[in-house]
Amino acid sequence: MKTIVVVFGAAVAALLTLAMLFTAGWVAPPILSTQMGFRGVAMHELTTPAEKRLIAAANALPDAIDKASPEGDRATSVYQNVKVLNDLSVEQFNRVMLGLAAWVAPADQSCNYCHGENMASDDLYTKRVARRMLQMTRDINKNWQAHVGATGVTCYTCHRGMPAPKFVWFKGAPPKSGGFAATNDGMGHPTKVNAYSGLPADPFTDTILGSKPIRGQATQALPVGFGTPIQDTERTYSLMMTLSTSLGVNCTYCHNSRDFGNWADSTPQRVTAWHGLQMVRNLNNTYLQPLTGEFPANRLGPLGDAPKIYCATCHQGANKPLLGVSLAKDWPELGGVASP
Amino acid sequence: MPVFENIFTQVQVRPVALELSVGHDDGERVNVGAFSQWLGYLGNAQLGPIYLGYYGVISCITGFFAIEIIGLNMAASVHWSPIQFVRQLPWLALEPPKPEYGLSIMPPLAEGGWWLMAGFFLTTSIIMWWFRIYTRSRALGLGTHTAWAFASAIWLYLVLGFIRPILMGHWSEAVPFGIFPHLDWTAAFSIRYGNLFYNPFHMLSIAFLYGSALLFAMHGATILAVGRYGGEREVEQILYRGTAAERAALFWRWTMGFNATMESVHRWAWWFAVLTTLTGGIGILLTGTVVDNWYLWGVKHHIAAAYPHMYPPVVDPAAAGAVK
Repeated sequence: MKTIVVVFGAAVAALLTLAMLFTAGWVAPPILSTQMGFRGVAMHELTTPAEKRLIAAANALPDAIDKASPEGDRATSVYQNVKVLNDLSVEQFNRVMLGLAAWVAPADQSCNYCHGENMASDDLYTKRVARRMLQMTRDINKNWQAHVGATGVTCYTCHRGMPAPKFVWFKGAPPKSGGFAATNDGMGHPTKVNAYSGLPADPFTDTILGSKPIRGQATQALPVGFGTPIQDTERTYSLMMTLSTSLGVNCTYCHNSRDFGNWADSTPQRVTAWHGLQMVRNLNNTYLQPLTGEFPANRLGPLGDAPKIYCATCHQGANKPLLGVSLAKDWPELGGVASP
Repeated sequence: MPVFENIFTQVQVRPVALELSVGHDDGERVNVGAFSQWLGYLGNAQLGPIYLGYYGVISCITGFFAIEIIGLNMAASVHWSPIQFVRQLPWLALEPPKPEYGLSIMPPLAEGGWWLMAGFFLTTSIIMWWFRIYTRSRALGLGTHTAWAFASAIWLYLVLGFIRPILMGHWSEAVPFGIFPHLDWTAAFSIRYGNLFYNPFHMLSIAFLYGSALLFAMHGATILAVGRYGGEREVEQILYRGTAAERAALFWRWTMGFNATMESVHRWAWWFAVLTTLTGGIGILLTGTVVDNWYLWGVKHHIAAAYPHMYPPVVDPAAAGAVK
């Protein structure tokens, strides 16, 4: 009997060890660490050579497109129904079209993705959406330099050769529980967005579409009435986890984790991130949400809402989209700021 | 000679007749009792008879109701899919009422009503179990130390789910049911109230918690180490020289200069365990009610060190009046 117990115990131990070895998310060393704060405050960015290779591969640059002269015939004098790119020369206009074909349209459709036989027609929804997206790109490069700096954005920053960017969000699906069963306010289901926790699966609708406050910590030591509910804190927590995975960084990239809310102890990156949150909220309301009626059903979310943007739409796992390489500096057509 | 060296008890004591009672309340115990070889490897080989009584029956029934309410709501949240229920079980939740329902005792079932009901039944179950512990201690002529230690844990449970939410005026402040959800809640709670590590009662609770583990390890190791001299018969050895008890005492006096006695080590351990949840409960009770941001409270009372900044001054862009 004793032998059986020992064998049984050893078998259980061996199985548990195997499960631990092959199911846990192990990271192969070496772990590369970059200090982000004063020594002793545990502010470090961690990565591995394998992770760096993956990020580098995911952020490969597209082939450059020859520059175009701003001189010469105006696009409006040659093409009809030019509403947004009406400040460009023909050469520049065609360059933007080449860009769109290379960065956004499916390879087998190219121009036909947006244009029918009559190139000027607005019949295809893709053209109507693309026009709005061009306006958005110019808006970002001109008015959101607090976030994008002089690096700027182009169509490629989000699209990366795909008609729809890889990372977009939709409003959370209605709870699966019916009748009088608990809805739990969207909590209790692991997703990539909430970093596989039980935190709210849709932290976006209230914060970067609506304008509910993201901050939750009290700014004074002692209470003055009922402050931020825990549920709002959990929503912010989920949003911050999304931000973290979108950029491939830890909490301490922006915060000193001993006092998350304190700006004086934060890094300058937190200010950039703050402008980023303002930016996606503004763009979702100004550009993405109003396009709801344009999209066919297969581009809409479970609640029939348009695809919307968040940090990962541009960043795609890198703390700077495309690892900080500026494509926009070569694209004055898209409102990019030319390199000095 | 019995040897105690690993987690499996190598000696199984089996009296000719079942150990039944010391002469109290025999009639209320159910199940005749039996020996189990397998249980004997871990502890005592005798299983049962168990005492049920009124408190036990009420505790089991209300406990079953609570688990049932929690479990069925979790199952509903994955649309009754057995596969998803098993797969997502660690994440599944039963959340307390939303903040807008305040302390209402009848919020909609879907938005916290079930949580209140589950909480009521679970609390009833736990308190009935406490009475059971107390009355059984008395029935056997024991002290009531176990009951009061359990009461300390119940104190923390009640502060988290009942007393503090009432003081805050919102059930939404209470802990959700669920394995990961209650841990997510804990992390969010600490962040919301400015980092619990700066809460002195949290500090005490951690010290007693880790201290409990340390004392348990030291005590367990000491007794196993003197097992070859019959050290598990702790108390009866105190009076004699050269026994396991004296060797154990000498070991610690030689290594640390000071030692517990066979009796005092249990008092230490009891207080460490009891104080873990007692101080923890006080810490939670003060959070949000008396202190809103523990980090800022720590700064105010000079317990939070200031570190040099590595960057140019970082200013809140909202306060700086940034456009947009």
